[in-house]
Amino acid sequence: MLVKLSINGEKHEADVEPRLLLVHMIREVLRLTGTHIGCDTTHCGACTILMDGRPVKSCTMFAVQAQGKALMTVEGLEQNDKLHPLQEGFMAEHGLQCGYCTPGMLMTSYAFLKKYPSPTEDDIRRAISGNLCRCTGYVNIVKSVQYAAAKLRG
Amino acid sequence: MIPAAFEYHAPSTIGEATALLARLGEDAKVLSGGQSLIPLMKLRLASPAHVVDINGIAGLTYIREADGFLRIGGLTRESELEESELIQTRYPLLHDTAKVIADPLVRNLATVGGNLAHGDPANDHPATMLALGAEVVAVGTKGERRLPIASFFTGPFVTSLKPDEILVEIRIPTPAARSGGAYLKLERKVGDFATAAVAAQLTLGASGACDQVGIGLTNVGLTPIKATKAEAALKGKAPDEATIKRAAELAAEASEPAADLRGSVEYKKDLVRVLTARALRKALERAGR
Repeated sequence: MLVKLSINGEKHEADVEPRLLLVHMIREVLRLTGTHIGCDTTHCGACTILMDGRPVKSCTMFAVQAQGKALMTVEGLEQNDKLHPLQEGFMAEHGLQCGYCTPGMLMTSYAFLKKYPSPTEDDIRRAISGNLCRCTGYVNIVKSVQYAAAKLRG
Repeated sequence: MIPAAFEYHAPSTIGEATALLARLGEDAKVLSGGQSLIPLMKLRLASPAHVVDINGIAGLTYIREADGFLRIGGLTRESELEESELIQTRYPLLHDTAKVIADPLVRNLATVGGNLAHGDPANDHPATMLALGAEVVAVGTKGERRLPIASFFTGPFVTSLKPDEILVEIRIPTPAARSGGAYLKLERKVGDFATAAVAAQLTLGASGACDQVGIGLTNVGLTPIKATKAEAALKGKAPDEATIKRAAELAAEASEPAADLRGSVEYKKDLVRVLTARALRKALERAGR
């Protein structure tokens, strides 16, 4: 089945089997490997992408469901060779160790800060509660999001 | 994990969808939010030959009050319920529930209709809707049916929906003055199913007695459970501490949990007792006792 969609503002199309998961289309057909597959069971959020602005788990959607949708992946954060404040924050505050969960953390936080530019620590913790990190203990991830929030508010 | 191959259908009207379902029969599954169905398909616990994706049907996403009912469109996402000001201010029980379903990412896709139609006793909305006395509206090739929630869950993962029917709306009677509700869930971590959870909704009359009471239990039986004896213990009575305790004990007696990694039978039954009492106290506080 022919699926047409846009990712990070760029149009793509591919002929795929209906059972192909969206994350597999993104990684293996379109070769955008920034989006990770972690648990593959809807728990960890490493595969989080934005669909029409909302963060969703791309391992729990079929590619055919993204027909005509506007997607954004971690590759879309950097603009004109400049890191997004969230990426900067994760570097500055050591928001990652192994980095596996990071693409998902970034995408969830990106959508969250668009909606809630001045979050409390509790708000941030709730927002990322569908993204698991087994390294950091979350403390530095929260700090990274706070860094980005402050920078985005200007 | 790769699901078994299937044929994909994306109808754009309810009529098209029900005609497809009638033709395909038991070989087809309806895809709504997909947050239960797709994991099951990936694990190959479900291998439908046909998937009927109803997300392209317009007009099934809404939350509004009309004609004495709160009406929730079948495709309304859990996150929309969570963010709705109407739900936050008028339906605390629903808001409590939406906030603790799975995790925020899953809630962006998961639908209220799917949470009910899946018929999973571990899902959270069934208990809530039992407590609220909701009804669901189903549309099939033979027209529309209104199904009371109390008889909707007929077995584990089985509902009274017919194979050609789609759940298009949930209707909840708008609350009378001095109504309140609460949903209390114990989960091991965000995203886990409830070890146990309790939904309580009540309305106080002029005398301060409980005019209406609804109590629903999550994940402590083969189906969602309406704790009718516990409700009867409160109905028409002043909700004092002794009455709340009695109702909580009756709710625990109504539960039929199975022992698993989340706890023993005794533990879960006692949890139902504790959560019922707490949910009732919170509901009373919100009703403005």
